[in-house]
Amino acid sequence: MRAPSSDLPLVLDEVSLRVGATTLLDRVSLRITPGAPTLIVGPNGSGKTSLLRLCMGLVGPSEGHVFWGGREVSAPARRAFVFQRPVMLRRSAAANVDYALGQAGVPRAERPARIAELLGRVGLADLAERPARRLSGGEQQRLAVARALARNPEILFLDEPTASLDPAATRALEDIVLTAAQSGIKIVMSTHDLGQVRRLAGDVIFMVRGAVRERSLVIDFLDDPVTPEAAAFIRGDLVL
Amino acid sequence: MTDHGSAWELIANGDATLFAIVRLSLIVSLAAVAFSALIGLPLGAWLALTRFPGREAVVVALNAMMGLPPVVVGLAVYLLLSRSGPLGELGILFTPSAMVIAQTVLIIPIIAALTRQTIADLWVEYRDELAAMAVGPVGRVTTLLWDARYSLLTALLAGFGRAAAEVGAVMIVGGNIDGFTRTMTTAVALETSKGNLPLALGLGLVLLAIVVAINAAAWAMRAWSERQAG
Repeated sequence: MRAPSSDLPLVLDEVSLRVGATTLLDRVSLRITPGAPTLIVGPNGSGKTSLLRLCMGLVGPSEGHVFWGGREVSAPARRAFVFQRPVMLRRSAAANVDYALGQAGVPRAERPARIAELLGRVGLADLAERPARRLSGGEQQRLAVARALARNPEILFLDEPTASLDPAATRALEDIVLTAAQSGIKIVMSTHDLGQVRRLAGDVIFMVRGAVRERSLVIDFLDDPVTPEAAAFIRGDLVL
Repeated sequence: MTDHGSAWELIANGDATLFAIVRLSLIVSLAAVAFSALIGLPLGAWLALTRFPGREAVVVALNAMMGLPPVVVGLAVYLLLSRSGPLGELGILFTPSAMVIAQTVLIIPIIAALTRQTIADLWVEYRDELAAMAVGPVGRVTTLLWDARYSLLTALLAGFGRAAAEVGAVMIVGGNIDGFTRTMTTAVALETSKGNLPLALGLGLVLLAIVVAINAAAWAMRAWSERQAG
């Protein structure tokens, strides 16, 4: 059930997002193309989550336009999202993946093999029958990635997926993300961990207070930031 | 204390009259729960997931109707089913069918209101995740009903407890006919007024045991589900 047309490039044209009097995103223009992972960095409250939700299509812009492969209306058939705190369905790990496969239109007969393959890919093969809500935080996060990959996405959005994980769990998740990226899935991921930017990113979107302040290749961003805010952020100063 | 002794004897000896009454009570109340579930579960889920003008008023009315007086429900169903009523043609007044209808009306609000609250809470948690998986309206309802299954079972048990314990509605529409529409609660009322305290007590004890068993089952179900899936 793959949609015939591609969601890439993903283009944001002067997009603003407001809730009441609060401006979450302020005239953001972006172009996300196939290739190495794009990491969105910035302090808390800078609009990273809002930008991801808008790119996924979970919210519509208050102003401006979002185009997926040139189309302004596009069901999220080829996009998948891993939330910062993913919600586990009240079923086993395998049943969670089965559910995602079903929603993606995978025929019932093909699902057992796909479930085994996806759980293996995220290192949860041994925990297939465990109730998903009994898994550890890192395991739940990996199961959420398996569920997202079950949609066979062209773009995979991840919202600070390692924010509450220890280094081992973070490493495991980053490996899965890198493997997905190498298989041709476009990764768009937010983080406030500069080490993670160095390890994963192809290019970087730097946000402050709902606006994109810098968009550059990771080497340029880390070694030669243009804006004083980015320079301060990379130095480890507090950017408000 | 001799009354207690006789009551135990009736139960222990498997008194035919007593067990026929218990059997009919269970059949009527279980049927009422089944029909109420068919209507109340989708109705509650629909109220939780849709927005329309006047929805708040419907929710408040539904919550208020959880406390419907059984005699009022009995009277309303009586008027519907009586010879001159709109459904008088059916000729089911003073039959177990009429009792099932009355109890169904009585507990639909309980099941629908508890379902609405449960599904509304779960929807807040699931909304983004289901949207990201492009789950449609029907899929949302079935997913939420399934994932709330343990809480909803508690709602059904609450409905059953209410149906099994009420006396007013079945008394009015059933008529408390010996061997035909006599339930535990109507029999207790009648036998007490007749002074047949052993049978009244025996029935009272059975009724109490069933209500306690229902509540124990509800509690065990919750505890088990929390261990299982949280």
